[in-house]
Amino acid sequence: MFTSRKNVEDFTGPRERSDLGFITFDITADLENIFDWNVKQLFLYLSAEYSTKNNALNQVVLWDKIVLRGDNPKLLLKDMKTKYFFFDDGNGLKGNRNVTLTLSWNVVPNAGILPLVTGSGHVSVPFPDTYEITKSY
Amino acid sequence: MLSLDFLDDVRRMNKRQLYYQVLNFGMIVSSALMIWKGLMVITGSESPIVVVLSGSMEPAFHRGDLLFLTNRVEDPIRVGEIVVFRIEGREIPIVHRVLKIHEKQNGHIKFLTKGDNNAVDDRGLYKQGQHWLEKKDVVGRARGFYQDNRSVEDRNYLFLILEL
Repeated sequence: MFTSRKNVEDFTGPRERSDLGFITFDITADLENIFDWNVKQLFLYLSAEYSTKNNALNQVVLWDKIVLRGDNPKLLLKDMKTKYFFFDDGNGLKGNRNVTLTLSWNVVPNAGILPLVTGSGHVSVPFPDTYEITKSY
Repeated sequence: MLSLDFLDDVRRMNKRQLYYQVLNFGMIVSSALMIWKGLMVITGSESPIVVVLSGSMEPAFHRGDLLFLTNRVEDPIRVGEIVVFRIEGREIPIVHRVLKIHEKQNGHIKFLTKGDNNAVDDRGLYKQGQHWLEKKDVVGRARGFYQDNRSVEDRNYLFLILEL
């Protein structure tokens, strides 16, 4: 996993300068046991959770994937870039040592309850204290 | 024809039987209303059951599918959840997934949503100048799902009626 950070105007929303984080990651997962007779699809997502001075709790979805019944349940993804921009609401990523990444999934049944499940493993990612000056993403 | 048979039956009944039938009918309607109101109380949502209106959450939900909602204030809003929300000033509720949340110490939360089948998040849908949704915009959280198994013609007929 590799992280770096810039301070940029959040061009996706409010135009204040906010921290923008970059993360590259690998995912290995075997989803076979989650698919039972009533599962139509899984909505898999990687989210980052952390605390900042501005906000007690922040959660940002970095990447997601839809896994349909019948798709290969074994995932082996390498060097993935985040699907969504990791903007903080402020400058809370700088020097933040405790950004936790977890993999979760939403089970969509053929009919019935829609549970949200969080995987038991998680990774803590520290962000550097300095900003990157130039970067091509 | 069916309608004429029904009228003949009514004419054959005396007044008491007719009143009895009207009361019976009233009971059925009241029971249905009570069940609906009861659901509203249990789930805490003003619309405990909603129909999916667009394809923005495909392939999970298609137009015509049913979603069962709860709206308990104590339930925290977290990413990955499917929320039904209304944009200020608009009538039609939208069913999308929570993409980002920022919650303050005092519990005040602002969040961003996106439809699974959309390429971009919902900021373009929100009101002019609005960047986030808040708890007050939420109609409910999707907890259960029932797929619409009817044919395409029947489904289109249903939407014609809904739009009226």
